[in-house]
Amino acid sequence: MPEPIEVPQESGAGWEPRIVAFFCNWCTYLAADLAGTSRMKYAPNARVIRVMCSGRIDPQFVMEAFAKGADGVLIGGCHFGDCHYQSGNHKALRRFMLLKRVLVGMGIEEERIRLEWISAAEADKLRDVMNDMVARLTALGPLQLEVPAEGFTEAARITELEEVTA
Amino acid sequence: MSDKPKVAFYWCSSCGGCEEAVVDLAEQILDVVAAVDIVFWPVALDFKKADVEAMEDGSILAAFVNGAIRTTEQEEMAHLLRRKAKVLVAFGSCAHLGGIPALANLWDREAIFATVYRTTPSTVNPDGVMPQVATSHNGDWVTLPGFYNTVRSLDQVTSVDYYIPGCAPTPNIIAGAVQTLLSGDLPPAGTVLAPDIALCEECPRLDTKPQDLSLERFRRPHEILIDEDTCLLAQGLLCMGPATRAGCGQLCIRGNMPCTGCFGPTSKVHDQGGKYLSAIASMLSATEDVAIESALDGIPDPIGTFYRYGLAGSLLRRRTMTPVDA
Ligand code: SF4
Ligand code: SF4
Ligand code: FES
Repeated sequence: MPEPIEVPQESGAGWEPRIVAFFCNWCTYLAADLAGTSRMKYAPNARVIRVMCSGRIDPQFVMEAFAKGADGVLIGGCHFGDCHYQSGNHKALRRFMLLKRVLVGMGIEEERIRLEWISAAEADKLRDVMNDMVARLTALGPLQLEVPAEGFTEAARITELEEVTA
Repeated sequence: MSDKPKVAFYWCSSCGGCEEAVVDLAEQILDVVAAVDIVFWPVALDFKKADVEAMEDGSILAAFVNGAIRTTEQEEMAHLLRRKAKVLVAFGSCAHLGGIPALANLWDREAIFATVYRTTPSTVNPDGVMPQVATSHNGDWVTLPGFYNTVRSLDQVTSVDYYIPGCAPTPNIIAGAVQTLLSGDLPPAGTVLAPDIALCEECPRLDTKPQDLSLERFRRPHEILIDEDTCLLAQGLLCMGPATRAGCGQLCIRGNMPCTGCFGPTSKVHDQGGKYLSAIASMLSATEDVAIESALDGIPDPIGTFYRYGLAGSLLRRRTMTPVDA
């Protein structure tokens, strides 16, 4: 298991939202590359994970990102008609829409998960999406799951025990 | 005392169905009873907690614990049995993954108490009396176990050696598991004692499940006349077969009802609901937002459907109570 990334958890001074970004290899990932080589400036909050197609993104990946401490998840895929595997992005959209219903039901605000179609040429769109998402997440504050990434720790258990037996 | 292997049964947050399941072993239970010494089984035998405490640590061969962990008392018993038993077995969906009781993880203690002790129409509680862990009555103290905010599976409280899945586990699965445990040839710790394949793979209707199933909408069982031979998912019913572990003998399918997922996922799946929602969302034929939304409206309770038996054991474990819609 990867170690959790060390960024201050609590809101307040110095807190920055952590975004896990799943980008399709053929479009959004290249857009991020282009943004880099053209020295565009945009919010550096995302850890990018390259996938071969947005249709490869299993909803379990997104849940795991949140469970392990992400404040937001961004999915980037090819525009309709441009997917290298024809319908991967259509599948991604349907999964995204159902996953969003589940996550909202689990108390995760809908602004925390976002799907965007960004082609290899649209570095400016990538920049705008990223800046916008960071702004929204900053306004929302950190995602504080009631069961944190470490799971049910002894310390948390004792705190709760004190609470339930007070 | 006989030198037969000692076993214990205990129940935590459960419905009693798992106890029934043990009794349902019918004649097979006599073989089990003949082979072992049952040293603790509150539902059937008059041994007390103190009897267990008096035993040497590790002196019980296997303790079978059913039910989820909701209260401080259940947690204490889980720790006690863990200490006394060589092998701790999570018996049934609730001990395995939280089960039906873990659906309460969509609320918290405060919301549950408010509903149960204040707002249900049948409640008469003018003084707003709420459960207390300790209260004095005519000079005596009366105590109750503490009620945690979150329902946990047994392995979220203590270490578990084996899991027997199912709501409730079926006689074959129980008998097979007991045989495995008594044989002394133990599988690696952490094993779920049931086949590690998806239910679809052993389903008699598998031949009628198209490779690239495409569905316009989902249906609920009361909306259609269910064909008895065709794959239920192909009929638009939310059959959890693709995301559920095999081993039950396809009980629900044989009763012409979709699987609701009680055996939990296979070992390759981290989150049964996530895996299932992925599978069924890809099967929808809709491509535009509006059409997709309306097809998804055919699943009125996605969390209750995808996580009916496994919310505690899911990746997110519970709902985070946000003030917005609490
Ligand atoms: S989806 Fe259900 S009915 Fe269809 S093959 Fe799988 S288990 Fe059988
Ligand atoms: S068909 Fe599914 S819900 Fe029914 S007993 Fe088997 S695993 Fe459980
Ligand atoms: S290849 Fe880019 S979304 Fe499928």
